[in-house]
Amino acid sequence: MASEKRLRIKTLIMVLAMVVCAVTGDLLLKRGMSEAGAVQFTGHGLGQALLHMATSGMIWLGILFLLGFMASQMTVMSWADYSYVMPAGAFGYALQTFLAVVVLHETVSAKRWMGVLLICVGVVLVGQTKPRTSEAAESVGKAVASC
Amino acid sequence: MLTVLLLFVLICGSTGGEIAISHGAKKTGEPKRMRPWELLVFIGRVMSNGWFLLGIPLMAASFFALLILFSWHPLSFVIPISALSYVVGALGAKYILKEEVNAARWAGVILVCAGVAMVAAG
Repeated sequence: MASEKRLRIKTLIMVLAMVVCAVTGDLLLKRGMSEAGAVQFTGHGLGQALLHMATSGMIWLGILFLLGFMASQMTVMSWADYSYVMPAGAFGYALQTFLAVVVLHETVSAKRWMGVLLICVGVVLVGQTKPRTSEAAESVGKAVASC
Repeated sequence: MLTVLLLFVLICGSTGGEIAISHGAKKTGEPKRMRPWELLVFIGRVMSNGWFLLGIPLMAASFFALLILFSWHPLSFVIPISALSYVVGALGAKYILKEEVNAARWAGVILVCAGVAMVAAG
C-alpha cells in the first residue's frame, strides 16, 4: 500500500515536470516560428526555414524545454504505463488556460472552459487507474516481432 | 493534401516514437533514486537503447511536421486534430505495449481527446 502511494506520488511529480516543460517549449516554438513567417514548401523555402530554426534563440530555448520534457517523460515511462502518462500530460492544456486567465487576464470562451472541464475529468478518470499494468518488457518484443 | 500528409506524420510519428521510447525506458529499468547524477546515467542508458534510436527519427519527423504546420495554420487548427494522437496512443499501448487499458482509462482518454480539441478550437 505504501509502495503504491509512493508510485503515485513520484508519477505525479514527473508528470507535472513534463507538463511545465511541454507548455513552455510549445509556446517558445510557436513564437519562434511565427517570426519566420509561413514556410514555403520549396527547396529554397525549406532552406530558409532551417536557417531561421538554427539561428533563432527562441527556438533553441524551446528545444531546451522540450528536451527537459523528453527527459522527464523517459523517466516516468520507465515505471508507469504509456496509456497512463500520455493523457495525464494533457493537463498542460488546462494549465495554459488557467494561466491565461490568472496571469494574462485573458477572456476565455465557454467552449474552452468546457474543454478544460473535459480534460480535468479525463485526467481524474485515468488517475484512478493503476499507473503500472504492463508485464515485463520482453513480452512487448515478442508482440512487435509477431506483427 | 500536404496538410493531411503532415498531420498523418505528426500523429503517427509522435505516437510511434513515444511507444518505442516507452518500451526502451522500461527495458532499461527505472532509476533507483531521483538524484540528478542517477537520472543523467539513466537517460544515457535509455539513449543507447535500440528502441530509443528507433523512436528518435519518428519523433523528429513529427517535430518537423509540427513546425511546418504551425507556420501554415493557427494553433486552433493544428492542436485539435493532433489530439487524435491520444486515441492512437491508447490503441498502441493496448496492442503493442500490452498495457491493460480498462474502461475507465478509455473513457479518460476519449474525454481528454475531446477536451484538447475543444480547448484549442475555443
